[in-house]
Amino acid sequence: MTNIISTHQLTRTFGKFIAVNAITFEVREGEIFGFLGANGAGKTTALKILTGLLSPSSGSATVAGFDVKKQPEQIKRRIGYMSQKFSLYEDLTVRENIRLYGGIYGLKMSEIKSKTAILLEKLQITEEADKLVGSLPLGWKQKLAFSVALLHEPKIVFLDEPTSGVDPLTRRQFWELIYEAAANGVTLMVTTHYMDEAEYCDRVSIMVSGKIEALDTPRAMKASFGAEDMDEVFRKLARGV
Amino acid sequence: MNRFAAFINKEFRHILRDRRTLLILFGMPVMQVLLFGFVLTNEIKNAAIAVLDPSKDSESIALVNKLTSSGYFRLEKNLTSAEDLEPAFCTGKIKMAVVFPDNFSPKLQTGEAQLQLIGDASDPNTATTLVNYANAIVADFQQEKTRASDITHNLPLITVQSRMRYNPEQKGAFNFVPGVMTLILMLVSAMMTSITIAREKELGTMEVLLVSPLKPIQIILGKTAPYLALSFLNAVVVVLLGIVVFGMPMSGSVLLLAAECLLYMFVALSLGIFISTRAKDQMTAMFMSALGLMMPTMLLSGFIFPRESMPLPLQVIGNAIPATWFNPIVKGIMIKGVGLEVLWKETLVLGGMAVFFLGLSMRNFKDRL
Repeated sequence: MTNIISTHQLTRTFGKFIAVNAITFEVREGEIFGFLGANGAGKTTALKILTGLLSPSSGSATVAGFDVKKQPEQIKRRIGYMSQKFSLYEDLTVRENIRLYGGIYGLKMSEIKSKTAILLEKLQITEEADKLVGSLPLGWKQKLAFSVALLHEPKIVFLDEPTSGVDPLTRRQFWELIYEAAANGVTLMVTTHYMDEAEYCDRVSIMVSGKIEALDTPRAMKASFGAEDMDEVFRKLARGV
Repeated sequence: MNRFAAFINKEFRHILRDRRTLLILFGMPVMQVLLFGFVLTNEIKNAAIAVLDPSKDSESIALVNKLTSSGYFRLEKNLTSAEDLEPAFCTGKIKMAVVFPDNFSPKLQTGEAQLQLIGDASDPNTATTLVNYANAIVADFQQEKTRASDITHNLPLITVQSRMRYNPEQKGAFNFVPGVMTLILMLVSAMMTSITIAREKELGTMEVLLVSPLKPIQIILGKTAPYLALSFLNAVVVVLLGIVVFGMPMSGSVLLLAAECLLYMFVALSLGIFISTRAKDQMTAMFMSALGLMMPTMLLSGFIFPRESMPLPLQVIGNAIPATWFNPIVKGIMIKGVGLEVLWKETLVLGGMAVFFLGLSMRNFKDRL
């Protein structure tokens, strides 16, 4: 397996504060990588560097084969992103949102049309295509947002707490979409607060105060910490309990 | 499909789908022009006056008729004694009183006629204007008398010559149409822009846009271009309303006016972008633009209150406000018909402001978002 993300001593400081402290890790192509950490641990800063929004203070990182410092534009074209806040426009219809993101990512009009049809069919919302997104139930919106993030066939999708504030059933359904994307060869980097979701990942890393303190499969991590579940691992590491 | 076109398309949909935005964009300019036009006017029309006329002879009645038929004054009250003056003013029913002497007609013949014009100086501007108007009418009356009879020798001939340049009728429209223009363009270009960018930040869609292949400059342009187009449309509406409804002239070059409007809009837009880089949500953006831009534009630019009568510190602050420089440009072009040979200084200041604020907000945009 090749690495789609690899970082080496990646560091970002804000004045004297070290938000990301010399992290080195790899994400393999096609895996679901859980990126965990308490609030303020440095996850968001690390994600911003990997998505080309922030440049690192020192160290290096490549995403999809491109250097985050020198080729952020190349990276942006090849990644998808879905934030914890809802990332579609509620005052646009389903179809208009799809057209907008397709357009922003440089898809041709004909491509957008055919992809829209497929996407609507897959999510079974063809009848709602011309309704405002704001009128859809939250679960549908989340799925739609994820599908839109996949529209331009990115190699890797960053999901920043995609399921916060969603009910357990919808979360479960959402994870099925994530699995499906992974099965199609897309790499997924997911941050989450829900420790049960960490169990769904192929591998997880846990960040504490800017450093990656643990990185392994959930099973191996539980074994090495002698923990029942990921929640216990997380508490032992992140909160020092 | 072009990335940028897709983005602009979306922006227009936001605007057209939001009734509040539409109302502000198209209702506001019309409402403001009409409101300012009919309410906030310096013109004197039908000002209520009282007359104390003990003589009640043909001449005094003729003079009162002349005053009231001018259209400036309306006879509210006939007073019978000097004691009635005070209450009439106090109740605020009258703005000016005209007091005749006894035996007005005979005294007129001998040149001893004294006429008192008493203004309500609690509103000094209006009082001065009213007294000046009345003075002019009285002088006119005297001249007619002189011509009618041959007794030129003993009449005190006070000919009040007041001539107002550029605005002979002192039309309020000449002042407020340019003023409303500075206000509306600031409102749409700066306030609406800052709110719409802050909205993307608040909703979290800005992150998604920034992660996309769109460049920051494309995002800014895409967000502002529709508003630029709409404010330009607004400027046209305001100018047309001024000309059609309030009889403003268009003495100078329309093309120059359009270019100056664009320049002013650029300054306003960059201010809007600057505010949106600071504000986290729509509410903050709105308050920052309302207090930081709209209020000074309205109060300090000389639109409503003359800058000459402001304390020095406020005059200095007023210099930093784009409207202070844009206002004379609009007046110069529309009323006086002058061009860049006169307005180059104001234009240069606006240009400098555009470069400065645009640079500042671009730097901020990169740092903050």
